[in-house]
Amino acid sequence: MSAETLEILADVGKGKSTRSVLRVIILALIAGASIASRLFSVIRFESIIHEFDPWFNFRATKYLVANGFYNFWDWFDDRTWHPLGRVTGGTLYPGLMVTSGAIWHALRAFTIPVDIRNVCVLLAPAFSGLTAIAAYLLTNEMTTYNSAGLLAALFMGIAPGYISRSVAGSYDNEAIAIFLLVFTFYLWIKALKQGSMLWGAFCALFYGYMVASWGGYAFITCLLPLHAFVLILMGRYSTRLYVSYTTWYALGTLASMQIPFVGFLPVKTSEHMPALGIFGFLQLLAFLDYVRSAIPSRQFQTFLWIFAGGIFVLSLAALVIATSAGIIAPWSGRFYSLWDTGYAKIHIPIIASVSEHQPTAWPAFFFDLNLLIFVFPVGVYLCFQELADEHVFIIVYAVFGSYFAGVMVRLMLTLTPVVCVAGAIAISTILNNYLVAKTPTEEDQQAAEAAEKKGSKSGLKSTNKPVVGIYGLWSKILMVGAMAIYLLIFVMHCTWVTSNAYSSPSVVLASRMPDGSQHIIDDYREAYQWLRQNTKEDAKIMSWWDYGYQIGGMADRPTLVDNNTWNNTHIATVGKAMSSREEVSYPIMRQHEVDYVLVVFGGLLGYSGDDINKFLWMVRIAEGIWPDEVSERAFFTPRGEYRVDGEATETMKNSLMYKMSYYNFNNLFPPGQAVDRMRQARLPEVGPSLSTLEEAFTSENWIIRIYKVKDLDNVGRDHISATAFEKGLKKKKATKKRGSRVLRVD
Amino acid sequence: QTWDKVVSNLTTHYQKSTPQRTKLLDAFMAFLVVVGVLQFVYCVLAGNYPFNAFLSGFSATVGQFVLTASLRIQTTEANKKDFPAVSPERAFADYVVCSLILHFFCVNFIN
Repeated sequence: MSAETLEILADVGKGKSTRSVLRVIILALIAGASIASRLFSVIRFESIIHEFDPWFNFRATKYLVANGFYNFWDWFDDRTWHPLGRVTGGTLYPGLMVTSGAIWHALRAFTIPVDIRNVCVLLAPAFSGLTAIAAYLLTNEMTTYNSAGLLAALFMGIAPGYISRSVAGSYDNEAIAIFLLVFTFYLWIKALKQGSMLWGAFCALFYGYMVASWGGYAFITCLLPLHAFVLILMGRYSTRLYVSYTTWYALGTLASMQIPFVGFLPVKTSEHMPALGIFGFLQLLAFLDYVRSAIPSRQFQTFLWIFAGGIFVLSLAALVIATSAGIIAPWSGRFYSLWDTGYAKIHIPIIASVSEHQPTAWPAFFFDLNLLIFVFPVGVYLCFQELADEHVFIIVYAVFGSYFAGVMVRLMLTLTPVVCVAGAIAISTILNNYLVAKTPTEEDQQAAEAAEKKGSKSGLKSTNKPVVGIYGLWSKILMVGAMAIYLLIFVMHCTWVTSNAYSSPSVVLASRMPDGSQHIIDDYREAYQWLRQNTKEDAKIMSWWDYGYQIGGMADRPTLVDNNTWNNTHIATVGKAMSSREEVSYPIMRQHEVDYVLVVFGGLLGYSGDDINKFLWMVRIAEGIWPDEVSERAFFTPRGEYRVDGEATETMKNSLMYKMSYYNFNNLFPPGQAVDRMRQARLPEVGPSLSTLEEAFTSENWIIRIYKVKDLDNVGRDHISATAFEKGLKKKKATKKRGSRVLRVD
Repeated sequence: QTWDKVVSNLTTHYQKSTPQRTKLLDAFMAFLVVVGVLQFVYCVLAGNYPFNAFLSGFSATVGQFVLTASLRIQTTEANKKDFPAVSPERAFADYVVCSLILHFFCVNFIN
């Protein structure tokens, strides 16, 4: 057991062909691992689409597969946003649907007839394998260490920050977008390093594909110009930068404008202005660079740079003026809320109401990235030491990605790739320094010291330090062993997190029986299936917008609002109908031709995501439009509590949502002992009564309750007096009294 | 005084040191600038009603201009050390491919 045996062991992997075989095998295994670790939910439950958004993507994909591409492109969907409808072809990012449609057709061409649902469910795992390979390529551009790329591929493959958005069944835009993001960055680095037009064009094409798939493409359009700008400020303008950036911008902008949803945005909105500005500035710089090379006067060159700076400032001022004059649209609310983090809560409650748009807590970083969050700064520091053009990119990306991930939970996703790359650089640097079997001899050290004395005058401080090896075998073993243990823990942590936190379909709720066996609560599908089978084909369903996509996808019935919250007023209308008295809500529902109202109620089971808990957001959104009809204050007790029990306010008790949720709930319990398990509240003795709605369906665990909107009364009474009449409440004596009636108007 | 000198220096330098092919590229670039400016002036004068038509026409000239400029940079003798991986033939092939992509997008966008 000496250094020599270690060297012999290490020599086994030295041959070039052995190495490439090993590399291919490792990459294949990593891709396999990243696919396999995403299949927990499919194996435990079944192969279905999770969450809310994917249901629309799935529905659109089915439409695409059934009707062909051209019909999909001009699809007017009259089964959402009743009575408005939705011009779907122009309001979605078609990349995801077209990708899975193409895969489906390709599989059929190979005579593997797979159901489109399975293609959709398994698309995200398949693309995560590709993401791992893209991370490998990107990292290989950064360092000369071969191991860094493989480590980055491994991290990218199983990091929970990315798995959370790409488990099997999560058929969301991010499923393919992260692959495209990483691959576009790889192509950009490649184009920048080689200064090649072709790589720039590839970068533009993949950027176009990215634009077609995810709204997060704005991240790329802001990051690449920022990288270019930082390079310019560092005095690293080069002809390679000009070639790669201008090729990317000219082709990429045109490519992005081909998507109907994006359209003219790249020339009209503020998000895209940095890219345009740097494009123009680069033209100027290229010209000045030419002039500078032609005229060798030193003084003149200073003048030129001042001139360039002046032009930059002037065009910045012009941009500000154009924005304030309204020629260029200012930042949209979603983007603006990333800068001014209090903005959404005050002005756009619908953005703030989504739980993913909250700031990230510290544990979330550790939970999603484990070991990587510690080595991430080390990797960035190592990038600072080398500081070639591509390392500047990693640094810029790291700074911006960290900021955005800190502001919004959801953007942890865009941070994950850079964390994986930087972490891999750091860890592979450590391993490379400690995994050398050769021990440096005395001569080596002396030579190194001599080199240090000689070269200490020039260059950066960090480059002066000569590389000497590590001497002791024990320190090597200790360090490598520690790293190996950390990596093993990382794998275990990732698997644990994936298995326990990120692999639960929200459509079926799983719970454990006392004996440990699994009990599945399948109320959602029960109720949607009831709607699908027992209602008219065009019965309009009113529900809160969260369930819009699922109703459209599973129950196949028209809805009033859905998760694509493009029309805030329409959502506020539904919010008003839910939060008002029946007398107010009924006309609203009649006007919108609502046939059924669906509410989610978790009081019996203790299910937290129900409509009573979301109720305040409905009130807030409605209050934003009708401040004098709906008031949030009226739903709180005088002491400022939000209660549902006997002490709830009158407004609360009379609101449609309250009545629908607790209708007949009393009858489940012995008199006077009705308890809402979710809010731990004892409900009043007499439950609410409904007069304009009738209960149509309540699922097994009372999670979903569906009410039918009554037709107008036959004899023209209002519903409240009709119900009162049927209950026999009308006293005989009252008939004798003459009410104060107005004259009939003919 | 100095400006005249600078400009005349520049022109003589250009005349002397630029190869014939590069001058041809420059003529093409100048033509593209003229076309672009004409389109822009027309857009300002007559309004931008079919905005996609204006954009695709204008960005075709801009895109072609920057691609030609890239080709010019890559084929210039003095920049050879910047592009170790790109030979002039490769640069021209890249140029053709990129121009085809550009024109495909423009034709698609003009409707």
